[in-house]
Amino acid sequence: MNRVVITGMGIYSCIGSNLNEVKDSLYKGKSGIVIDSERKEFGYRSALTGMVPVPNLKKQLSRRQRMSLGEESQYAYIATVEAFKNAKIDQHFLDTNEIGILYGNDSTAKSVIESIDVMREKKDTTLVGSGAIFRAMNSSVTINLSTIFRLKGINFTISAACASGSHSIGMGYHLIKSGMQDTIICGGAQEINKLAMGSFDGLGVFSVKEEDPTKASSPFDSNRDGLVPSGGAATVILESYESAIKRGAPILGEIVGYGFSSNGDHISTPTAEGPMRAMQKAIDDAKVAATNIDYVNAHATSTPIGDANEAKAIFNVFGENGPYVSSTKSMTGHECWMAGASEVIYSMLMMQHSFIAPNINLKSPDDDAKKLNLVTETLTKKIDVFLSNSFGFGGTNSALIIKKI
Amino acid sequence: MKKVDIIEKINDFLIDEFEVEADDITPEAGLKETLELDSLDFVDLVVAIEENFGIKLVGEDFINIKTLQDFYNLIERKLY
Repeated sequence: MNRVVITGMGIYSCIGSNLNEVKDSLYKGKSGIVIDSERKEFGYRSALTGMVPVPNLKKQLSRRQRMSLGEESQYAYIATVEAFKNAKIDQHFLDTNEIGILYGNDSTAKSVIESIDVMREKKDTTLVGSGAIFRAMNSSVTINLSTIFRLKGINFTISAACASGSHSIGMGYHLIKSGMQDTIICGGAQEINKLAMGSFDGLGVFSVKEEDPTKASSPFDSNRDGLVPSGGAATVILESYESAIKRGAPILGEIVGYGFSSNGDHISTPTAEGPMRAMQKAIDDAKVAATNIDYVNAHATSTPIGDANEAKAIFNVFGENGPYVSSTKSMTGHECWMAGASEVIYSMLMMQHSFIAPNINLKSPDDDAKKLNLVTETLTKKIDVFLSNSFGFGGTNSALIIKKI
Repeated sequence: MKKVDIIEKINDFLIDEFEVEADDITPEAGLKETLELDSLDFVDLVVAIEENFGIKLVGEDFINIKTLQDFYNLIERKLY
């Protein structure tokens, strides 16, 4: 069995457009949540959202390449370029090795809707243009990045709701561990636009605390009223330890555990039992004592039931005096398909720089959260091992354990 | 629309949308070579023509179109 390490990371998020900016925001507890007033006119209950700058890739990519890239793929491209740079991977390496891609994504709503609108108006399918299908497929990120970077290894998208990014890393970990691939680009991407999030807003699960957007996302707080949607992209380069050593790559951390489970229950209401099984499986896989886990990056999105059940799950797995816990969604909002990958990067940045980012907006923890060791102010702390939770609709759960080496 | 306006409009979208270098645009330039057109780009050419001239062309219309001059003539023919 191969050891699996992370050799590169790249991020395009509402709290920063690169690793450095994101690290600073995490340290300062800076929120990326804003108001998108268009959403109200569109019929949303809540105009709150994370926001990233609109990318301009004219200099980097040809017209043909750009035409096939929807919003989420543009974000993923930017994050992946940074991850390659970070991993010291150039095009020559990609051309001469079998590099794979497994990326999390679960919607391309804007691209689908915009092309259907053209067909409705023009009554003609050709007039949607040649890029429409490549922007609209759910595998848009992987079919585009594999073409742009001329990848020759495994190539598919993982759709697992808000655990997509985490499962992509878990799958990549297993393929490298078993020796089937040496290097895989993993990650998650999430579009940010009013077309993508309307049906989610319609469930009434978004925070409506619009008076101060930066305070709206408050995971584990007893006054939380819902999540704040967000997005961007996050890429991590997974590599076998041997490959990383052979090419003198920076080794940022080792993936030692991946646990997954399905609740087998309600489509949107989470349980405590399913996440517990995922965390326990990850701990068993990692062969580390639960007491050696320094930090848990919680999935906690700021919804009443979700956070409470995760708090119960964490307490049941770790018991009294458990690890430090925070939800970075307090700053980023819920990055959905991207979240499982971005939160690994947020935690990796904390591990690299020896701090724990605060769970901002947490004034009065509820009864379940009170039992956890929640971090509300930036904490200087050496982290050797962390666990990152991601859960999604349909009861899909993923837990990853990563260790410093 | 005068021929000169048709040519100007076509040249404009070739430069703006298809990113053709202005210096490469001459009447005798090959359409496929100048635009580096592949099968997908022909779809986008149909879209650009519809947006700029309000007419819908099909693949067969392009069969004998070799140069930009042929292309200008084709659009003029279709318009009138």
